[in-house]
Amino acid sequence: MTSKISMTVNGRQVEGSVEGRTLLVEFLREHLGLTGTHVGCDTSQCGACVVHVDGKAVKSCTLLAAAADGGDVVTIEGLADGTRLHPMQTAFKENHGLQCGFCTPGMIMSAVDLVNRHKSNGGGKLTEEKIRAELEGNICRCTGYHNIVKAIEAGAKAM
Amino acid sequence: MYQTNYHRASSLEEAAKLFKKGDDAKFVSGGQTLIPTMKQRLAAPTDLIDLRHIKGMSGIKVSGKKVAIGAATTHYDVSTNGKLAAVCPALAALASHIGDPAVRHMGTIGGSIANNDPAADYPAAMLALGATIVTNKREIEADKFFKGMFETALKDGEIITAVAFAAPTRAAYVKYPNPASRYAMCGVFVADHGKGDIRVAVTGAGNDGVFRHRAMEKALAGNFSADAIASIATSADDMLSDIHGDAAYRAHLVNVMARRAVAQAG
Repeated sequence: MTSKISMTVNGRQVEGSVEGRTLLVEFLREHLGLTGTHVGCDTSQCGACVVHVDGKAVKSCTLLAAAADGGDVVTIEGLADGTRLHPMQTAFKENHGLQCGFCTPGMIMSAVDLVNRHKSNGGGKLTEEKIRAELEGNICRCTGYHNIVKAIEAGAKAM
Repeated sequence: MYQTNYHRASSLEEAAKLFKKGDDAKFVSGGQTLIPTMKQRLAAPTDLIDLRHIKGMSGIKVSGKKVAIGAATTHYDVSTNGKLAAVCPALAALASHIGDPAVRHMGTIGGSIANNDPAADYPAAMLALGATIVTNKREIEADKFFKGMFETALKDGEIITAVAFAAPTRAAYVKYPNPASRYAMCGVFVADHGKGDIRVAVTGAGNDGVFRHRAMEKALAGNFSADAIASIATSADDMLSDIHGDAAYRAHLVNVMARRAVAQAG
């Protein structure tokens, strides 16, 4: 059985017809062609698939597309303002916060969410320790965490 | 994942109706356990009934010492609720260490309790807090709710709507996370309800799921200190044993985590 769903993706109203079992990440990648969101482990461990749904970071490999029906989704493709990169994207570029780049979309989406949450919970200095703890659900197979953390520190200041 | 039919319920009545109509229906809330389980084909419900959008199912109410948490409240909301943190910081802290930030944004307290995973954190809190599990049919004491690994007192089609408890005078939860998965290899929730009413609940370690540690409760009632339970052993016969830690190791962890929890509760 397929059903019609509609949601806002990166500010654009989209519609589609999905099976009950279709995952949000499949809908984004295969129906909408937004392949910036990656599938790494497909078991909710690695975080390469992190997108924002209604303003919160979630693992799009562990959410049914139908469950996100009516939601407001932002993917890595929706962060930049035209050709101007989001401050967190710029920070990853300037701090060499990526090696192979596979985990990067999820890292950046988690990083933006982390900074947003930190700000709404009173702000203060975002410590390296806190960033490392918050990245628990994002795995970098290149083990490039050091520069990722540096990038997030810089991105947080710029946001 | 096998084929399934997704339904979004807007009321408890509609959810119950949809459940009856399905061949082999299951309720889903945040889905952070159920979706991975379905992907592994360890579960294959014909119908999924989403409870997340039912009005009144999420949110936290604190009035004096009384706390009520809607079943669809996410781990993130439990971990960041100021009113809850003021009366029961141990529960807020527990929620802040479940899974990772993205999982905490979706996973719910009701879903975790209904699943009763032997390594889940919330069941220990519910037992130690002497919580009441409220469903669409009745109220069940936590002591009568958890029936063993992945087993609860919930009947077919019964839906948890909230949990309620009185905040303890002091409490703490300490777990030893598996270094890879971060699931509790042993987690102990200690709660002092005053007048010698102490509850100690252990998750992650028992081979029949979460359990209360009566010997420790008795010892702590007389003397609420880590020393009071230092010599209380736990039988390895009742412990889980797997590649991550054998039964003797887990039995030892129960004592270590319990002492840390008592010390932290102060």
